[in-house]
Amino acid sequence: MEPTETDGGIMEQPKNLEGYVGFANLPNQIYRKSVKRGFEFTLMVVGESGLGKSTLINSLFLTDLYSPEYPGPSHRVEKTVTVEQSKVLVKEGGVQLLLTIVDTPGFGDTIDNSNCWQPIIDYIDNKFEGYLNAESRVNRRLMPDSRVQCCLYFITPSGHGLKPLDVEFMKRLHEKVNIIPLIAKADTMTPEECQLFKKQIMRGIQEHKIRIYQFPETDDEEEMKMVKRIKDRLPLAVIGSNTIIEVNGKRVRGRQYPWGVADVENGEHCDFTILRNMLIRTHMQDLKDVTNNVHYENYRSRKLAAVTYNGVDNNKSKGQLTKSPLAQMEEERRDHVSKMKKMEQEMEQVFEMKVKEKLQKLRDSEAELQRRQEQMKKNLEAQHRELEDRRRQHEEEKERWEAQQRILDQQKLDNSRTLEKNKKKKIF
Amino acid sequence: STLWFVAGEGARAVPLAGHVGFDSMPDQLVNKSVNHGFCFNILCVGETGLGKSTLMDTLFNTKFEGEPTQHNQPGVTLKSNTYELQESNVRLKLTVVNTVGFGDQINKEDSYKSIVEFIDAQFEAYLQEELKIKRTLHSYHDTRIHACLYFIAPTGHSLKSLDLVTMKKLDSKVNIIPIVAKSDAISKSELAKFKIKITSELVSNGVQIYQFPTDDESVAEINSTMNSHLPFAVVGSTEEVKIGNKMVKARQYPWGTVQVENENHCDFVKLREMLIRVNMEDLREQTHTRHYELYRRCKLEEMGFKDTDPDSKPFSLQETYEAKRNEFMGELQKKEEEMRQMFVQRVKEKEAELKEAEKELHEKFDRLKKLHQDEKKKVEDKRKSLDDELNMFKQKKTAAELLQNQAQQAGGSTTLKRDKERKK
Repeated sequence: MEPTETDGGIMEQPKNLEGYVGFANLPNQIYRKSVKRGFEFTLMVVGESGLGKSTLINSLFLTDLYSPEYPGPSHRVEKTVTVEQSKVLVKEGGVQLLLTIVDTPGFGDTIDNSNCWQPIIDYIDNKFEGYLNAESRVNRRLMPDSRVQCCLYFITPSGHGLKPLDVEFMKRLHEKVNIIPLIAKADTMTPEECQLFKKQIMRGIQEHKIRIYQFPETDDEEEMKMVKRIKDRLPLAVIGSNTIIEVNGKRVRGRQYPWGVADVENGEHCDFTILRNMLIRTHMQDLKDVTNNVHYENYRSRKLAAVTYNGVDNNKSKGQLTKSPLAQMEEERRDHVSKMKKMEQEMEQVFEMKVKEKLQKLRDSEAELQRRQEQMKKNLEAQHRELEDRRRQHEEEKERWEAQQRILDQQKLDNSRTLEKNKKKKIF
Repeated sequence: STLWFVAGEGARAVPLAGHVGFDSMPDQLVNKSVNHGFCFNILCVGETGLGKSTLMDTLFNTKFEGEPTQHNQPGVTLKSNTYELQESNVRLKLTVVNTVGFGDQINKEDSYKSIVEFIDAQFEAYLQEELKIKRTLHSYHDTRIHACLYFIAPTGHSLKSLDLVTMKKLDSKVNIIPIVAKSDAISKSELAKFKIKITSELVSNGVQIYQFPTDDESVAEINSTMNSHLPFAVVGSTEEVKIGNKMVKARQYPWGTVQVENENHCDFVKLREMLIRVNMEDLREQTHTRHYELYRRCKLEEMGFKDTDPDSKPFSLQETYEAKRNEFMGELQKKEEEMRQMFVQRVKEKEAELKEAEKELHEKFDRLKKLHQDEKKKVEDKRKSLDDELNMFKQKKTAAELLQNQAQQAGGSTTLKRDKERKK
């Protein structure tokens, strides 16, 4: 056991407890509760009519699921492919199982079989969608699980490998459901023919990269051995029968031929027992788990991504699928808010700038007008001063002249007085 | 079974003609679970000194923490530690969460608040994982609290109001299992009265504690009996004492030894049976299907999700998300529009302001201009009058000079005559 790191930051070896604690009883608690709850399983059967599908189901579950009152798909002739389900309750060893068999009458029976898989795909997706909606409700109740958990695909024992229809169908459905391909009516081939046919089919499956149901990895040696045995015999060649025949004092389910009895449960006659053990006794739970954890989750994430990224560039959404749609919306909201903030800031900036410009212009024009005003004032003042100067000058000049005139006048007066004097002198 | 009730409509029961083999389904399920490992989370709520850590050690037969926790934080801190345990082939990832400092606060709300927040945080983490587009629920480490052991102080009287208030806050969020701690401090008769008092107080205050389930016949009887022994009076101890020829977990007093696993001495074994051996899985189930669903429902309703539209038709997931998204896109657009409008308004107002200022400026300068014109005119007038004066003066001067010249000429000739005569 490797040491394991824990939340408390303490590296701990898984402690093997001395003394009794009691949680070793947990498996029993789970056992008890699961029996009380009951089990359910949905099995889909697909194949052309007449391949013995109903007989096989009856043989698998040892019951007349299909009977004259409830005829199997091959007896219900349909023009187009329909998908129908039958539900039965079976009980065994205290364990209750709600078994839903989904069959597809009309599949591969027309001349033009293109898109005959579409109703099947739609059915499977529809069940996924129903589960998704139920899971996403606000008020969730106990959710019945009607998702298809296994698809038995019947291959016609032609001896010539996979038909184009087989390939098309499996390629389109291998990502939606666990496909278990079966060779129907195996009693029409010899063991050698069967071996060859199986090889052809497996080769075809690999070539077309079809992913049929894979058995889970396991550490258990016994289990590994069993799984290997199954894998070696894929695809399983089966026969079914509704009749019990006596062979050497034993009552067996089989098909009576003039040359002998093909015993359904004889491992050398066909792989029926392997199929039954695998499908019902050992891997039923795993088929359900793979459906739930892989196929359903694929559907769900694709569906939610479409809902979330509606209108958003797909390249952006790659690698971001860890978010829930709500988280995505929250992020979009935050983005938008920050975008708005930025826009607001920009608008604010532009606004401020424009206002500044305008104010500046206003101030400039005010300054200009002011300047001109000053200029004109100075001008006027200069004129004023000039006028004052001139006036002063004039006043001075006037005074001087008047002074001069006064002197001249005085002179004149003196002169005329002198002249008068002289004149008077002369006379005398 | 409940499943058939829900899903089995239209199904017909058919007999089986032999052994099909699906009775191995429970085993298949169990094997898967065992391979995957289990996980269980316990929360211990109780005042300091009630022996929470010791009880955990005793229950799980192992020494969990190294150092005793420090009690120097003001509020209640939750310390969580995870351990990998194994018993036989069963691996258990056990998380023990302890409340440090519970009950040390003056305000009771401060005591239980961080516990409630912690429990909600674990629900929230799970919800977030569940809502992710690409999620890994299968390998998610579930941290939701599956059981809350509520430690009641062995006063022998009644529940403290802190206990009632706290349990009331927690009972819709977690499975509460009340226990009387350090019950070796109470005598047997006092203990019986104490239990009755506690139970009646819980009932009268409407506190829903966890009931061991009685719907499954295989465990109905034992669970029902145990329900009547609640709250369990426990004693914890990791010390061992020799009794007879065995070493047992006990507490040694001068007057005797309290044996932890002796059902006459305390209910420890009952607690272990109920909590771990019989009902661990049910505790996990109840947490997931009841407490978590309640949290989830409230959270989604808070966010505005509904299961039916106004016409009571059920919504599909797609519709719900689209409706939500449209709603919030609409809100954003509205906000954007409002912001734009506000800006347009501001621009208009500012423009008007500036225009007003411009107008005033022009008016001012018009006035100044007018004043200037007046001044100019005055100067002009002054100039004109000066010029007139100057002209007059000039004229006067000219006239005077003319006269002078004439006089001079006349006088000059007289002077000349005189000079001439003198010369003679």
